[in-house]
Amino acid sequence: MFDDMPILSFITFTPLVVGVLLLLMSRISKEEAQAQLEKNSVWVALLVSCFVFFLSLLLVLNFDASSADFQFEEDVAWLGGGIEYRLGVDGISILFILLTAFLTPLCIFASQTSIKERLLEYMAAFLILESLVIGVFCALDLVLFYLFFEAVLIPMFIIIGVWGGKNRVYASYKFFLYTLLGSVLMLAAIIYLYNLSGQQFGAPTTDMRVLIKDLDVPLGVQGWLWLAFFASFAVKMPMWPVHTWLPDAHVQAPTAGSVILAGILLKLGGYGFLRFSLTLFPNASLDFAPLIYWMSVIAIIYTSLVAYRQTDMKKLIAYSSVAHMGFVTLGIFAFNTQGIQGGLFQMLSHGVISGALFFLVGVIYDRMHTREIAFYGGLVSKMPVYAAFFLLFTMANVGLPGTSGFVGEILTMVGAYQVSPWLAFGAAFGMILSAVYALYLYREVVFGETVNEKLENIADMTKREWAILTPLAVMTIVLGVYPSLITDITAVSVENLIADFNAATTVAEVK
Amino acid sequence: MLQTLSLFAPELWLAVSASLLLGFGYWGGKDRSDFARYYAIIILVVFALMSYLMGSPQGFAFNEALIVDRFSQFAKLMIGLVAAAALLFSKSYFKTERLERYEYSVLTLYSVLGMSIMVSSNNLLSLYIGVEMQSLALYVMAAFNRDSLRASEAGLKYFVLGALSSGLLLYGASLIYGFTGSLDYAVIAGAINESGATPGIVAGMVFLLCGLAFKISAAPFHMWTPDVYEGSPTPVTGFFASAPKFAAMVLIARVLVGPFEGIVDSWQQVIIVIAVLSMTVGALGALQQTNIKRLMAYSSIANMGYALVPLAAGTVAGVQGMLIFMSIYVITTIGVFSLILQMRIRDGMVEQISDLGGLSKSNRGMAILMSLFMFSLMGIPPLLGFFGKLFAFLPAADAGLMPLVIIALIASVIGAFYYLRVIKTMWFDEEKQDFVEAPGNLRFLGLVSGLLLLPVLLLPGISTGAQSLIALAAQSLF
Repeated sequence: MFDDMPILSFITFTPLVVGVLLLLMSRISKEEAQAQLEKNSVWVALLVSCFVFFLSLLLVLNFDASSADFQFEEDVAWLGGGIEYRLGVDGISILFILLTAFLTPLCIFASQTSIKERLLEYMAAFLILESLVIGVFCALDLVLFYLFFEAVLIPMFIIIGVWGGKNRVYASYKFFLYTLLGSVLMLAAIIYLYNLSGQQFGAPTTDMRVLIKDLDVPLGVQGWLWLAFFASFAVKMPMWPVHTWLPDAHVQAPTAGSVILAGILLKLGGYGFLRFSLTLFPNASLDFAPLIYWMSVIAIIYTSLVAYRQTDMKKLIAYSSVAHMGFVTLGIFAFNTQGIQGGLFQMLSHGVISGALFFLVGVIYDRMHTREIAFYGGLVSKMPVYAAFFLLFTMANVGLPGTSGFVGEILTMVGAYQVSPWLAFGAAFGMILSAVYALYLYREVVFGETVNEKLENIADMTKREWAILTPLAVMTIVLGVYPSLITDITAVSVENLIADFNAATTVAEVK
Repeated sequence: MLQTLSLFAPELWLAVSASLLLGFGYWGGKDRSDFARYYAIIILVVFALMSYLMGSPQGFAFNEALIVDRFSQFAKLMIGLVAAAALLFSKSYFKTERLERYEYSVLTLYSVLGMSIMVSSNNLLSLYIGVEMQSLALYVMAAFNRDSLRASEAGLKYFVLGALSSGLLLYGASLIYGFTGSLDYAVIAGAINESGATPGIVAGMVFLLCGLAFKISAAPFHMWTPDVYEGSPTPVTGFFASAPKFAAMVLIARVLVGPFEGIVDSWQQVIIVIAVLSMTVGALGALQQTNIKRLMAYSSIANMGYALVPLAAGTVAGVQGMLIFMSIYVITTIGVFSLILQMRIRDGMVEQISDLGGLSKSNRGMAILMSLFMFSLMGIPPLLGFFGKLFAFLPAADAGLMPLVIIALIASVIGAFYYLRVIKTMWFDEEKQDFVEAPGNLRFLGLVSGLLLLPVLLLPGISTGAQSLIALAAQSLF
């Protein structure tokens, strides 16, 4: 269906073009038309993002899951000197594109009422952000990947800083500089790889397919390069102990910003590990795996405990995200099918669940303008529907069987068990702790007496909120009951990844 | 003789027109400064295109005192266009500050003549003549607002320290002459290849480099920069930050890979030290600045450090990387200063960063442009500043200077902090004041350089075209 069309470029750049056009329109149009334009901008953004979602759905349907090759490839001359414009997707990346395209319209729809000022710029920023994130997952050229990966900072910085809460400036700086510091180290590694490929192939290239297949990175250097990539991905992920930017950014970002941050941006790190660390530096990955195990288990247990002590709902969920990302790294660096499938699944399901939880916080924040846990209580009698939704996603966050959260966690634990039972034990312990903080949050907010009289007149969910949370709830349950929906698409690529990995590491051992 | 003159035609055109303009300004009627400016802009554009589009011959002029090759032609193209842009954005400033004098245009022309001699110098004497010619004009321009204490101080500081650097330069040149017996680059190169890095030659080379480092305001010879940038009239600052920097950087490249090609190991260390110091001083010094002109001063110190990184590689790709980086840098600088010149309230010019507060609400177009420039200076993709850094760092890494590249990258993260502050002020802070409607020429320049930084330029047709132009220039140097 998409044989001759640059469908990936189209999906990637449509939101960007529309976003920039929106900004231009607002410059050109007259004063009187501004208000109308602002109002229309939401519908334009919604339409475009739905269109992109539709296209990416078609993309997934046309995707040949039985092949581990990159599909829908595009190769166009770009900068020259081996740095070209290369796009393509495989089983690992394609679902992230779908996730991005799925969450963005929901975010835009949710922001229509909750964002009070500069609506048009907000919509433009979101569309541009969507473009860049999709670009990250499509890029098959290291420099192109870095371009998208880093450019994400610009709209996100603006979103947190302009529409964020009280402490937004501090949070936006922290977010920007933390992630930038991680990224420049990766840039240094990319520069090194570029020159290395020049020495090995005669002509330098940044084509990931070639580098993954043919580049032979000397064992001594692998460790350093791995660490440089790791610095970038670990900060984006975020892994303990470089996670401290995340709670600040989350708390200060507007609701939709948090959803995108937790739902999609955190996945860039995990995707990077899978795409680069495991394939380009298999031996270093193996060497550093114990470090990752330690950091993951500490992240799972420590941040769960920290989450329990939070007084701010968003912060609690932010720390729980860090804990859940611990499962992802644990699974990925188990280097077996269950582990990597589980890590992938966990990322996708966490994208849906944490997104939903942030939406849920947004629902009551829009009504009461506070996220203090102590402020709320007894919402079940005032907002029964809200309580039901909240319960579903709380349970999914804990990993109750039947929800998508369970599948991801059990798979990663099975994968980790094959490496060491103690790892699985640590992760399982973390699951118990996640039940502690999640149920604590639920009890404090939804159950109990309505002590606060301001809550007397709080209204239950509006149609808009229904419309946003229903798809997420459906996704959570469907994926929980029928996980093959995802695993079938990723299976072949993951098998291929593991086969390459094992081949590379055994060769190194023989040497 | 005729061949020499035809090689020298662009400079001749510049010299003759500048002198005619001077005469016209002196004997002409009233209100001649505006006319002089437009005429000077035309002269500069013609000068820039002369060597390039008319396919002028290449070779040596005046007994090999000057060389015309693709390298110097490219440099003249950039310098001419940038100087024309700098003249264009000076118009409204001088008018409102009541400093309108035709001499400004003439001085710009003379300084460009000096730069043109610098970039095509082929022996140490023509180098010195070029440097002095541009510097003398620049000293006067720094103090152009002679009734202002700040401007006079800036001019005086610039002059005293500039004289010191000229002394260093001359001392280095005389040492080199003493140890090699010639002023010609080619002969020096031959003598050095024979003798190797003797202490006398190395000392001369270091003094020469110190003198030139002063001209690009690289640390540790940067002390004058913040004060002169702040004190000089803003259009002059914008001019300082662009064309002379480009010319001096090109001159350094020519001197290093010309006469001193044989002792790469010696000068490489000097360049690395200067680069690391400049990046550090530029990044750390700017953190506390509140005045946007001072901020740009430190920013230019840091950027000169980045530009020296590829040069330290001493390869064709390195020179190419430096040219790409510098071209993008001067475009950004012109853009930034055309926006700084728009910071005018009813009471006059303002130049504090806090004056930009809430600009995204009061003037969204200007805020978006300024953010583009800042992100580009930070080196955030997809803006061209990122590619400038990428192409600057690739050759350095290839030459085994990976630690230097990592230092440069870390410095650019520290630098990101102060560029972010400008963006933060415009987007996150409360609205402070409205600027008066900016004149068309400033908005035009800001828009043009903003568009030049957009990633659209990375489309294959344009990027490969521009790169091959620069690649040819870099190759001709070797």
